[in-house]
Amino acid sequence: MELLIKNGFVYDPLNGVNGEKMDIAIRDGKIVESVSGRRARKIDASGMTVMPGGVDIHTHIAGSEVNTGRLLRPEDHFRDFESKTSVTRAGVGRSIPSTFTTGYRYARMGYTTIMNPSMPPLEAKHTHEELNDTPMLDKASYPLLGDWWFVLEYLAQGKIEECARHIAWIMSSTKGYAIKIVNPGGLEAWGFGQNVKDLDDQVPHFCTTPREIIRGLCKANKLLNLPHTIHVHANNLGKPGNYTTALETLKCVEDLATEDKPVIHLTHCQFSAFKGDDWRTLESGAEEISNYMNGHSHATMDMGQVIFTDTTTMTADGPFQYALYGLTGNKWVNHDVETETSGGIVPFRYHRKSYVHAIQWSIGLELALLIKDPWKIFMTTDHPNGGPFTAYPKIIAWLISKKAREASLKRINARARSRSLLPSIDRELSLYEIATVTRAGQARALGLKNKGHLGVGADADVAVYNVNPETTDISRKYRTIRRAFKRAAYTIKGGELVVKDGAVLKHVDGRTMWLDVEVSEPARITNDMKRRFKDYWTVEYENYPVSDEHLKGLNPITVKASV
Amino acid sequence: MSEIEALQVWEGNKQKKLCELFEIDEVKTENQPDNPVISIHGDFSEVRRIGLGMKIGEITINGDVGMHLGEEMKGGNITVHGNAGAWAGSMMKGGTIEIQGSAGDYLGAPYRGSTEGMHGGRIIIHGNAGTEAGANMKKGIIKVYGNAGQFAGFRMHDGTIYVQGDCEGRAGACMVDGKIIVGGHLESVLPSFTIDGIRPKVKIEENEVAEGPLYVFLGDRVENGNGKLYVFKQKNPHLTSYEKFL
Repeated sequence: MELLIKNGFVYDPLNGVNGEKMDIAIRDGKIVESVSGRRARKIDASGMTVMPGGVDIHTHIAGSEVNTGRLLRPEDHFRDFESKTSVTRAGVGRSIPSTFTTGYRYARMGYTTIMNPSMPPLEAKHTHEELNDTPMLDKASYPLLGDWWFVLEYLAQGKIEECARHIAWIMSSTKGYAIKIVNPGGLEAWGFGQNVKDLDDQVPHFCTTPREIIRGLCKANKLLNLPHTIHVHANNLGKPGNYTTALETLKCVEDLATEDKPVIHLTHCQFSAFKGDDWRTLESGAEEISNYMNGHSHATMDMGQVIFTDTTTMTADGPFQYALYGLTGNKWVNHDVETETSGGIVPFRYHRKSYVHAIQWSIGLELALLIKDPWKIFMTTDHPNGGPFTAYPKIIAWLISKKAREASLKRINARARSRSLLPSIDRELSLYEIATVTRAGQARALGLKNKGHLGVGADADVAVYNVNPETTDISRKYRTIRRAFKRAAYTIKGGELVVKDGAVLKHVDGRTMWLDVEVSEPARITNDMKRRFKDYWTVEYENYPVSDEHLKGLNPITVKASV
Repeated sequence: MSEIEALQVWEGNKQKKLCELFEIDEVKTENQPDNPVISIHGDFSEVRRIGLGMKIGEITINGDVGMHLGEEMKGGNITVHGNAGAWAGSMMKGGTIEIQGSAGDYLGAPYRGSTEGMHGGRIIIHGNAGTEAGANMKKGIIKVYGNAGQFAGFRMHDGTIYVQGDCEGRAGACMVDGKIIVGGHLESVLPSFTIDGIRPKVKIEENEVAEGPLYVFLGDRVENGNGKLYVFKQKNPHLTSYEKFL
């Protein structure tokens, strides 16, 4: 099957293409140099913007916590439902849509690749079953390893190489993609009703500290040559004054970086950029963090932007979610996942007129605008923690237009407005930079070679938006931009036209990417390990790994490790 | 008129025109155009969502009516000369619903999971109400001149619920504020309520007073609440044991 996208203004930052008028040729699901003119199906993109398919580095769309959130919140469903059509299936949900609806909604916005960032290894089968039912997207999951008992033990003993081999085993047995660390040490402590306060606090019952966990896993990540860096949700998340912890976290791996390559991804940074002693004196720590980021190149981060809406917060950070329950008094779920991690869910509403929420909204945008290099900070809402992913077009509008920001600033809490840095920031992102923060940068940070660009050989995932950069002043016509990014004119997934004018034309299944790490000496599954499974897990070792049959579309990525 | 006849409605999973299911007549009156009146005759007990999101005007129903009557209505009047199904006045924000017969369960209550109950308006029931009347209520008034089921005023935040008849029990469970007045027999008061005193009378709304004496209970202490539960003394001899705590 051949496709030719003609005459669009192409934005492909990974190949340095900035709004040039050109054709994109597709054959058999790949971008090619050219196709034969007569047989190829032509898509007229003249006067439109062509970008690679969107990549989302951090979005909770599948797994046991998302599903528990669905059960917890029937009120999230009855107002937002989609009927079935001849091609799509019915679905419900606003902040936690059902799997099929999630896929369709991403595709409608021109997204084609997403990363599901928190998968307790014990729940890997569940996660993959949900991902199998999430159509239109290529996806991957990060297993939670920061508080996994074996990892903690190896790190306490300083056995980095053994730890790395063990992680290679976990990656293939959970079909994971990257090392996710959530509140290192804190989740293990939460099993005993405690938390860790800073990077050098002792983890109860393990002779290790959060600093050692982060550094140890960062070294293991390098030994294994994993495509993505460690993906860190910092300690003290959501607490006033926590920007110092975020900076400490970034600093603690500074010396491990080589050749300017990032070694750490600090996720949903907005929630880790609070300055002040308590909620009343809360201020933005975006300036300090962006100053640091502008001077260093070993880290990437994503925004975790807050949207003023009703949403559902869910993280593996049990103690944080418990604190959130204390703040709101809402219904909640908290869960200690055996020896691996914890988790919590609390429904939450961000109010414009709340000082704290308005400051949070401001912090996200400040970070994205003050960090000069768009390759270092990416656009997310930490769906659904800051707001549902369907709000991305709004964020794009705020990033490209000062006018849009001012319109929103007018409506927020007056005290927050007077403290916000946004009025002093004139920067407006170009479409080229938007393409970076929404796809190219994320794909590069993830080490996805075939995603996020339109060079020859890349996967044919393309989004076409109804924006004419020649005739539209994007910073003034931000509403046009918002509309355009909400409903892609065309979305092409794996060489097939799947969305036209925001309507799904075809249901396609994506593939699940996972790392097949080749180590010189595989981790030995000792009798001791099996015994531990018997003693401490509800699942025996034999039933633990996710077999290949569990995944609908397999896309193993082979990595050669140095151990 | 033809526009009204062509309105699309769902019957089961099939979409139909309004005129295919009902006879529609137009009656010319002296009414002002900004106060439209709809009167409905017959058994509508299987018809749902009448008066959904209504803002102005009047609806009169001569007969029974189904679930979700006046859901999220903001203004106007609905009068039912018959019974109503569950979720009448669900999440309403303003206006008045008056039901001459009985109402079903979840009167004025939000749907499962939601905490956004009634935000204003008045509901008057001349018959009985089912369980969880006024759940999650934030403002407004519900008056039931018959009896009420269990959990009247469940998770109530503010507003008033008046039950002239008997109440099945667990009234005001998890309430935080607001008042519930029970004029008849209340099976039992939850142990998480504490007695505050005896009052000669209590105001229900302007020009309406419930004559006492009435016990006043404060609760629900489980939620650190400060809601008031008034219970008519004469009909509740089993509560006299509380008097020793005064």
